[in-house]
Amino acid sequence: MYRYDSYDQSIVDARVDEFRDQVQRRLAGALTEDQFKPLRLMNGLYLQLHAYMLRVAIPYGTLSAAQMRKLGEIAAKYDKGYGHFTTRQNLQYNWIKLADAPDILAELASVEMHAIQTSGNCIRNISSDQYAGVSADEVADPRPWAELLRQWSSFHPEFTYLPRKFKICVIATEDDRAAMRLHDIGLKLVERDGVIGAEVYAGGGMGRTPMVAPLIRDFVGEDEIISYLEACLRVYNRYGRRDNKYKARIKILVHEIGVEEYKRQVEEEFAHMRTLGLNPPTEELDRIRAFFAAPAYETGLGEDIDRADPAFALWVDRQVAAHKAPGYAIVNISLKPLTGIPGDASAEQIELVAGLAEQYSLDEIRVTHAQNLVLPHVKKADLYAIWQKLDEAGLAEANLDLITDIIACPGLDYCALANARSIPLAQKIAQRFADAERQAELGELKLKISGCINACGHHHAGHIGILGVDRKGVENFQLLLGGSGAEDASLGQITGPGFSEDGVVDAIEKVTDIYLAERTDGERFLDTYRRIGMKPFKEAIYG
Amino acid sequence: MKILTGNDLVSGDVIWWAGEGWSRQVGDSADVGEHGDDLARAEEAALRVVGAYVIDATATDEGVRPAHIKDRIRALGPTVRPDLTLKPNDADAGNWVI
Repeated sequence: MYRYDSYDQSIVDARVDEFRDQVQRRLAGALTEDQFKPLRLMNGLYLQLHAYMLRVAIPYGTLSAAQMRKLGEIAAKYDKGYGHFTTRQNLQYNWIKLADAPDILAELASVEMHAIQTSGNCIRNISSDQYAGVSADEVADPRPWAELLRQWSSFHPEFTYLPRKFKICVIATEDDRAAMRLHDIGLKLVERDGVIGAEVYAGGGMGRTPMVAPLIRDFVGEDEIISYLEACLRVYNRYGRRDNKYKARIKILVHEIGVEEYKRQVEEEFAHMRTLGLNPPTEELDRIRAFFAAPAYETGLGEDIDRADPAFALWVDRQVAAHKAPGYAIVNISLKPLTGIPGDASAEQIELVAGLAEQYSLDEIRVTHAQNLVLPHVKKADLYAIWQKLDEAGLAEANLDLITDIIACPGLDYCALANARSIPLAQKIAQRFADAERQAELGELKLKISGCINACGHHHAGHIGILGVDRKGVENFQLLLGGSGAEDASLGQITGPGFSEDGVVDAIEKVTDIYLAERTDGERFLDTYRRIGMKPFKEAIYG
Repeated sequence: MKILTGNDLVSGDVIWWAGEGWSRQVGDSADVGEHGDDLARAEEAALRVVGAYVIDATATDEGVRPAHIKDRIRALGPTVRPDLTLKPNDADAGNWVI
């Protein structure tokens, strides 16, 4: 994992001191809320439905055990004993007191964490593949690039006040586990003729105008990625709309001027950027890379897993993924217990996962955009012990990528922007499909719920998506089918008129019935939908 | 009736204007009539509230009920965490929201 140098640490420490002073001035009345709001947002502090909410950055979803433990301690000491892992691989605390916020940031800084770039019209926290560095088929570990982009984008003076927020994702495999093409810019590391570089996608995103990012450059060499991104951002910063926040994202610019024209302008700017010497020094890139060198895996480990316990065997089949090192495995920890809240973890659960990472996973944890956790380096021989501890803590649900592994935004239960509650609906769906055999029968089925058009719950990218809307003060839910955030990215289509909370659960059941009746061997729900189209589903739902 | 709500500047707690001060119970809300916006500005300037705004509500037999579900959830707390609401021991509290 990357470790701060003195420069990183001094920046973050200075930011804590600065914010402490700003909070003191706010509480003393020297700053009005209008003056203070942009300052607190630059430090991840929102005013939400019930209280202040602090969004903590988890760069590319990677945490050490010490960082995870600190997140749990903060939840217990300053919040109400839990945190919420988000679809941006971050963590949110829902009940923060303004006066405590500087102390919390100081505690975060003590473990090389912060809440910078979690709000505002800047380049947000970089996201990446939760299997980075441990996936056998990756071209290169994307984390050094994500870290480089973090350093490049942090307090970038030219890109602090962009037309709108800007999200970047880096992956390095054909399998896209990070919804790369639904980012403002997506980088996919590739190898061409023995040279590492990136395919660059620009203009993707969800929200009220969802778009899958088109490819804008087939290859940019790794030494020029920063210069190329500078060019992309410069064109956006210059021409992105500032008159209408709903049309200010880069996707609107790319759409309005056209992909070819955007590419032309970026290339023109890139030609100029190349003359400015912005590419990172090789030694700095090597320094960052060294932090992500493969750990010293033990050799000679066995591959066998004792599957005598059927519940454990079920969990292994669903939650454990292949690791590149012999004898090791990747463990996915579900934060989707059937009666729980997607993405929520108690302080005790956070502490438990920190301990497991320390003892069994070479000190590392990953957060996924699907609001789950990952232990990336687990010896197969330790799987049973880990499962037992997860099971005791209510974290051993075996539902990865199944219909109950639901992404849900906080919705109207917590969010000031939401129009409808996402979490109770997620719970009702999970309970309707609680039977493990039924879930397994349905297979991979990604269900995603947003409580408003801002789409934090990624409903556009759900095989089944749900959007909560406000119909004259009453919650109503639109149903979408056919979305995907994976390598086969697509946007879901609305089935028709919306439903009540119970009505949409019934509609989903009808949709799954059609799938089971129509699928051919090996077809996922998404495959069947793409083959037979919307019509049969619509007929089943609306009669 | 019109009532005034916002968040306590320091704690962030949801608060309701109760006539001579702020309460954490929506049931204590006072009708602010046409004076809500002036009151909001004055109370924000006095550093007692942040994000204050006026909403419609109804006086019912069970107390003051905000007109919109969002404000009813603000008044009660998250419906998915009854233990964190203002009525943790009332199993039916969530129904009040709907």
